[in-house]
Amino acid sequence: MISRKVVGSLVCLFVVTAFIWITAGNGKVHYLPYYLPCPEIFSMKLQYTEEKLVQLFPRLFYQQPRVLAPKRQDVLTVTPWLAPIIWEGTFNAEILDSAYRPLNLTVGVTAFAIGKYTRFVGRFLESAEKHFMKGYRVNYYIFTDNPETIPAVQLQPGRRLVIVPIKKYPSWQEISMRRMEAINKHIAETSHGEVDYLFCLDIDMVFYNAWGPETLGDIVAAIHPGYFNVPRSQFPYERRSSSAAHIPDGEGDFYYGGAVFGGLVKKVYEFTKTCHMTILTDKANGIMAAWQEESHLNRHFLSHKPSKVLSPEYLWDDRKPKPPEIHLIRFSTVDKDYKEIRD
Amino acid sequence: ADVCTFGMFISKVDICAEEICVCLYEFYRSFKDYLHSHIPCRRRDVLVLTPWLAPIVWEGTFNRDILNAQYMQKKLVTGVVTFAVKKYVQFIEGFMSSANKYFLAGHQVIFYLFTDNPEQIPHIQMAPENHLFVIPVQNHSRWQDISMSRMDIISRYIRSQFQYEVHYLYSIDIDVQLFEHIGVEIIDALVGTISSWQYTARRESKSYETRTESQAAIPKGEGDFYYTASFYGGSVAEVYKLTRTCFKGVMKDRENGIEARWHDESHLNKYLLYHKPTRLLSPEYYWDEELSRPRIIQVKRMCSVRKNMLRTPGIPGSVMWAMLSCHVFLPLGFTII
Repeated sequence: MISRKVVGSLVCLFVVTAFIWITAGNGKVHYLPYYLPCPEIFSMKLQYTEEKLVQLFPRLFYQQPRVLAPKRQDVLTVTPWLAPIIWEGTFNAEILDSAYRPLNLTVGVTAFAIGKYTRFVGRFLESAEKHFMKGYRVNYYIFTDNPETIPAVQLQPGRRLVIVPIKKYPSWQEISMRRMEAINKHIAETSHGEVDYLFCLDIDMVFYNAWGPETLGDIVAAIHPGYFNVPRSQFPYERRSSSAAHIPDGEGDFYYGGAVFGGLVKKVYEFTKTCHMTILTDKANGIMAAWQEESHLNRHFLSHKPSKVLSPEYLWDDRKPKPPEIHLIRFSTVDKDYKEIRD
Repeated sequence: ADVCTFGMFISKVDICAEEICVCLYEFYRSFKDYLHSHIPCRRRDVLVLTPWLAPIVWEGTFNRDILNAQYMQKKLVTGVVTFAVKKYVQFIEGFMSSANKYFLAGHQVIFYLFTDNPEQIPHIQMAPENHLFVIPVQNHSRWQDISMSRMDIISRYIRSQFQYEVHYLYSIDIDVQLFEHIGVEIIDALVGTISSWQYTARRESKSYETRTESQAAIPKGEGDFYYTASFYGGSVAEVYKLTRTCFKGVMKDRENGIEARWHDESHLNKYLLYHKPTRLLSPEYYWDEELSRPRIIQVKRMCSVRKNMLRTPGIPGSVMWAMLSCHVFLPLGFTII
């Protein structure tokens, strides 16, 4: 027995529905636009398509860039794949600083001081404190087999030194090539959570001039000082086709130096993994590339072109006379006796 | 290395002919290499890199094959937004046929055509990888209002539709035609095109909005380049931020009873001053037909079309001469005789 109240309410419901349907059902239905706020989707896009950050630049006063007045006419400043080549005069350090400082970035530096190379750590760190990424947070990762020999260097606030103990290999070529594996492992275990950008530098070098945020990019490589004004047929690429680092005649953009490379931590991780795989492939085939991991690095950068290229100012050899194109030497080798150091 | 350098060649002249031939060949190759060092014609006459390290794209600065190889790896979709309101529908055919041929040819492009008169659109033959969406839109009585409402429409549609369909989005004026390939060199996070009227102007003489009451005002002593609102774009996220900010500026100005000197272009320039583009396109990428072409413009890729006269591609020269002779030279000749 259904109560009268229930029947009444059901009839009411039916009548009201019929009424609404009759009156409004024939007319056009307008939908009001409903805006969904969806910030997560945008950040997802940014992440997966690997976009450059477009920073908000605050008000700054500087000389107007002129379309008909290029700053450096004597050198190439943009690669054919539209990556900038960083020379003194091509960039305005103030504009870049104003864009990168507010991002609160941490930059990592890896350097390998194995065996007798620990003697270079002191000068490397002291000069880095004066010139490398001034005003930014920096983590120095010194990979060594002998942690006691690393001198204690006074660091600026916001910068710290981390000593990473690793195994020493019998030959210097092996030590050099195993760097890729060590960096890769370290990123996976530690650095990926600690730094945004990572540079992998040689320890037997010294900073002489400013090295700033103009060097930050997705994948950054530096041109080798001995081969920047020489045709590609003379580059010391690995020419034997049995090697995984083989680059045939007639190919190649630049000869990149193995002493300086870097970029976003994620990219350095992928790059070191690929390089280490090719090095192991060669090992399995019983062949060692002409310039060890530098040849593998060049092979990789031929097919996966760097997004930013550093001029030889950022990787100089003091034994060479300074040509007119190099206005400023920022990072250069220390004069040493190779035979004595390499055992 | 065993490569015979020039120095060695001199000393080997007295040895047998075969060696000389080999030496000569090596010398020739390295000399050729040195002359045409694998970087194509470098541009020394123009600025190719901004002070904030954004490349400026000119003919001769890039190699499209390398860029294509990089772009193909990522499987990206690009969108083009264009507006054809009121009389501008006459430009649709020319724009679409040239864009299909020259805009990112070989890559997937989705064209979003906003128009107030969808029935008047002629049938357009699209390239197999491209798509066309016609979206009806309301028109306004003033062309300035139409121009400024573009920003609002683009940002609304990005939010509701485009972000799911494309990775990169470009806004192009409809009254243009493409004459040369525009390829993947334009693809970057935020891209602006340098105006063909103002690429030489000094800061003070640029057409920036200077009245401080306007949201688009650029203070004295500031400004990099004058960007044109006829061709800009970038990643969907960045274009969204740009159009939102610009339209907010337009609305604020409207409330204050002021209209920027060059309407949405002024707001665009204000935005791109403080959110610097990651890539700039030279005036080759949008050239105003009324200007005579200087030497630095080696290629005119996209040109505006004269409003009162549509460019018909190639009236044959012979027909021109026949017409001229019939109507001018022959009568003139007869009268003289």
